[in-house]
Amino acid sequence: MIASLAVFAAVALLTPLLTRWLGRRVFPIVALVPAAVFVLLLTLLPGVLAGEPVVEVVPWIPQLDIALSFRLDALALLLALIVTGIGALVLLYCTQYFDDDEPALGRFAALLLAFAGVMLGLVTADDVFLLFTFWEATSVLSYLLIGHYTGRKESRGAALQALTVTTFGGLTMLVGLVVLVVAGGTTSLAELIADPVGGTAGAVGVALVLVGAISKSALVPFHFWLPAAMAAPTPVSAYLHAAAMVKAGVYLVARLAPGYADLSVWHPLIVVIGAGTMLVGGWRALRQTDLKLLLAYGTVSQLGFLVLVTGFGTRDAALAGVALLLAHALFKATLFLVVGIVDHAAGTRDVRHLSAVGRRMPVVATIAFLAAASMAGVPPLIGFVAKEAVFTALLEAAIAGDAWAWTALVGAFLGSVLTVAYTARFLWGAFFTKPGAGPTTLHRTGPLIGVAPGVLAIASLVFALAVPLVEPLLAGYADELPGPTEYHLALWHGLEPALALSAAVFALGAVLVWARRPVARLQAAMPHAIDSGRGYLAIVGALDRMAAGLTTFIQARGVAGYVAVIATVFVAGLGVAALRNSTWPESLRLWDLPGQPIIAALIMVAAIAAAIVRQRMTAVLLAGATGYGLVLLFGTSGAPDLALTQALVETITVVVFVLVVRRLPRQVTMRAQAVRAPFRIAIGVLSGTVMAVIGFVALGARVQPTIAEGLPALAVEAHGKNIVNVMLVDIRAWDTLGEISVLVAVATGVASLIFISGRTGGAPRLDAPTSRRERLRPLPEQADTMRGARASLTDTEHETDAAGTAAATRQTWLLAGRTLSPRNRSILVEVLVRLLFHPAIVVSVYLLFVGHNAPGGGFAGGLVAGLALVARYLAGGRYELGEAAPIDAGRLLGTGLLVAAGTATLPLLFGRTVFESSWLETDVPVLGTISIGTSTLFDLGVYLVVVGLVLDILRSLGAEIDRQREDSDRHGLPDAIAPADDALHPDTPHDERRAVEASRAASADEEARR
Amino acid sequence: MSASLTLVLVMGVLFGAGIATMMERSLTRVLIGFLLVGNGVNLLIYLMSGTPGLAPILGEGVDGSEISDPLPQAFILTAIVINLGITAFLLALLYRSWWLAQLGERGDLVDDAAEHVEDAEETADLIRSSAADDQAVQEIIVASDEEFESGDEELDPSAGAGGREESAKREHDASARRPGRRRP
Repeated sequence: MIASLAVFAAVALLTPLLTRWLGRRVFPIVALVPAAVFVLLLTLLPGVLAGEPVVEVVPWIPQLDIALSFRLDALALLLALIVTGIGALVLLYCTQYFDDDEPALGRFAALLLAFAGVMLGLVTADDVFLLFTFWEATSVLSYLLIGHYTGRKESRGAALQALTVTTFGGLTMLVGLVVLVVAGGTTSLAELIADPVGGTAGAVGVALVLVGAISKSALVPFHFWLPAAMAAPTPVSAYLHAAAMVKAGVYLVARLAPGYADLSVWHPLIVVIGAGTMLVGGWRALRQTDLKLLLAYGTVSQLGFLVLVTGFGTRDAALAGVALLLAHALFKATLFLVVGIVDHAAGTRDVRHLSAVGRRMPVVATIAFLAAASMAGVPPLIGFVAKEAVFTALLEAAIAGDAWAWTALVGAFLGSVLTVAYTARFLWGAFFTKPGAGPTTLHRTGPLIGVAPGVLAIASLVFALAVPLVEPLLAGYADELPGPTEYHLALWHGLEPALALSAAVFALGAVLVWARRPVARLQAAMPHAIDSGRGYLAIVGALDRMAAGLTTFIQARGVAGYVAVIATVFVAGLGVAALRNSTWPESLRLWDLPGQPIIAALIMVAAIAAAIVRQRMTAVLLAGATGYGLVLLFGTSGAPDLALTQALVETITVVVFVLVVRRLPRQVTMRAQAVRAPFRIAIGVLSGTVMAVIGFVALGARVQPTIAEGLPALAVEAHGKNIVNVMLVDIRAWDTLGEISVLVAVATGVASLIFISGRTGGAPRLDAPTSRRERLRPLPEQADTMRGARASLTDTEHETDAAGTAAATRQTWLLAGRTLSPRNRSILVEVLVRLLFHPAIVVSVYLLFVGHNAPGGGFAGGLVAGLALVARYLAGGRYELGEAAPIDAGRLLGTGLLVAAGTATLPLLFGRTVFESSWLETDVPVLGTISIGTSTLFDLGVYLVVVGLVLDILRSLGAEIDRQREDSDRHGLPDAIAPADDALHPDTPHDERRAVEASRAASADEEARR
Repeated sequence: MSASLTLVLVMGVLFGAGIATMMERSLTRVLIGFLLVGNGVNLLIYLMSGTPGLAPILGEGVDGSEISDPLPQAFILTAIVINLGITAFLLALLYRSWWLAQLGERGDLVDDAAEHVEDAEETADLIRSSAADDQAVQEIIVASDEEFESGDEELDPSAGAGGREESAKREHDASARRPGRRRP
């Protein structure tokens, strides 16, 4: 079983590729898969008939007792043979049905083959959750196959309808299965039926499962999806919507009947819905003008019939039911395939346009007559045998005094009358010559297309003649049900009541055909009794309108609106919960230290001011002030590491913020706010209040002592004195590893957002330009020319020249200082930066190494180094950044992450656990005893990642934004629409570009002079 | 546990000011709100250490019971650095959106209310348009029902063909009415 399914999956995956080479000739090849499985199943037949089902079990989710368990008994084998046999024939039929230029042919072939495999899994699965998985997979595949013509509206709509309805049923079924499994204590279908779940749980569970079966088999009130699904290519209709998928519901009913047919919910559901569907389907089939829709409604009718009989619950009815199942699969697939041929040849399947087709396609017409006769129950065909058995079984049960049997019998009888009538309509509509209509023009079709329907039609005849050979397999299932086992399937039982019923069916059917005009008039005059299709549209339409309304309502305010909604829910939800709280802190201090209120006041004023002021820069600085306030708070109350880190981060944040904001307008416009100011303030105040209350609640809620009490001992064990750092690099190293991964992702994100044409390489450097770097920057000389031009707008030409000469010749403190405009330079800053840079790097390394025992560590060290780079950039511009850190930021980030992850995994090589630390202790002059451990190495990784992050930020938000700005200035374009010229013309020779730029500068000069 | 009223107040103010600022149209203001809320959250975590003590560094003569709770500090330390990363990322986003949308002097304002309403209406239209697919299915199903009014010739092909063309025409009209922006 499992091996067969694996072959199905593997070949289905390869099919699109094969189709590319073979075109439609791929179908006979993939048809070999179901054909081979068909033969394999036949070899298993003797064992199964002897009462020994084939069982395969592979554990899947043992915790939930869910296994990949398959069980091939008589019923499963019958369905499996139908699925693989008809599957192979339909795939073969596709070879002729499609042309090589059919769009998405590979996808279609793969999906159809995959469907055959999934269907095989469905009928052989023993674990109910495995069954459910296959069940849903058929829904999805059916969706994709119905929607094959993706460009057609009706195709998409029908696919979605089928998916929605069957998935709704499937989910209902899942609930039912869970109820049964929990009550029955097993996930095995066979065990659930051998030892049925009783009581309310059984009734509810089974009823819910039946809803799934009813929706899958397109029974009233879910029947509307099946006619809609006729938008699919005809092979799909023949296979999924006649032979295989819609039988899944019937299969489930047949499967459950031996265990649950005597439940009180069973008969009302099965008999009423079955008989109702049979009548509704037959009635509507009678007035269709589209042959495919006629067959679709006929299928709905027959599915109702099948469920009615297989679910009836006696041995004879079950035998009749599975016989009918086999008969229906054979004749309905045939008829669909025939309609496909007629449609192919005539270009229409409208009975009003088809005339005299039968005369010119005699073979096809004969095949269709055989199958249609089987559908109507004409001897000597399998359909007749099955219908006789049905009448006998129901009649005997009715005579025995079963009230439901009478209902079922009447329903089956009337339904059969309708079946005879619509069968006649089908044959007449497809093949007969209509009065007053000329013969339909037919295209030639190859004779091979008739093979598949021909084989199926002949099977309808052969199985009827050789019914004693088929019966053991059918009886193998039916004998599981209670009742005498004397009845046998046969063409001739003698003059029996059932035969009389059949005769009456034909007679009444003939009357309907004869009186078709009055009947049609009556049909047109009658309102649709059960038109759940419209009901579905109403529900879906209402849902759509609600979704659209909600979307308009919520999205109308954008991000601000979302924040407002989130904050309001937060205030309402947590606010109410916090007010009902009963654990408040035992005691309340006003402050911890005398200085605290002053710092607090500063922070609060800065925060409120930041929320009010309209100048961007001021607001940024005020937000920074709150951060520095926190530095003071942390520093004064026992958190030196936090104070250090916060101070460094706050500085870098403010600088970076300013670097970006300098390009934006100075003031923030307040017009047309999505959320008006009073609401904003109210929501803000309420959120703050609720947050403060939650702070109190959280403080009062703690009942256990803090786990911090054990930490000092752990820190000593890890050779460290600074507990915070030991936690970061040792105790909670996993957490830190995750965090630096986030930093790497963020740095990459920043760079990708700013760099348009690739981010590799360091910041631009002064000399030794490689071709890659040239792309990222103009030549220094160019920069000078440009700067001269810009300066001349304000200065006199002479002064500019003088300054330029001075700049070019003056010995500089910073390497790239001369690339800056003289007006932007400060000798004091340059000297300071020059003097402080290297000490700062030394300090950062010092912090890295002492971090284990004193305030510091990888984060603080990396930030100090980053800050040193910030200083170099601010004093010397973007070339200076390249000179200070002539290395690709991406390499730093990658190396850092590699070092950290290496420290994590290295111990594994020595048979230890991840992140297990080891140390090397030595005495070093000046520094004292130093203990170098793997955790220090890990901290080095953190250090490198942080430096890389700051470098990437500077390179992107500093240097690259500078470059883009210079580009747009130089081109005289408005800021925002200036393209990055290097990205646009990467191949322009440098000489040419310089010439262009020189002329531009000259014209700018001229303009300035005027 | 006991708490410092001052710090709880500061936390609340940072949070409230941040949330209020986040509800503005300017992305810079949203980011400033984010910074304020970030600081507020760090302070909230810090509050959970209870009474502050000595720095959690086991130097000479430091008793393990006198130090501040190091656990919140480790959390906050990572949070601070992550904050820096996220701020930089948001700044890059802000700059990029300004650059790409060519907002120029308009700065970093996101769409105003009218534009949001327009966008939302478009989304709603898309949602509603799925009804067109269902409608097409329904039309085909209905078209196949044989209509039989008194006086009609039985199964008159021309009547049926007319019906079909009519429904095809309806469909055509429906697709023509739909604005072109949906499917280019």
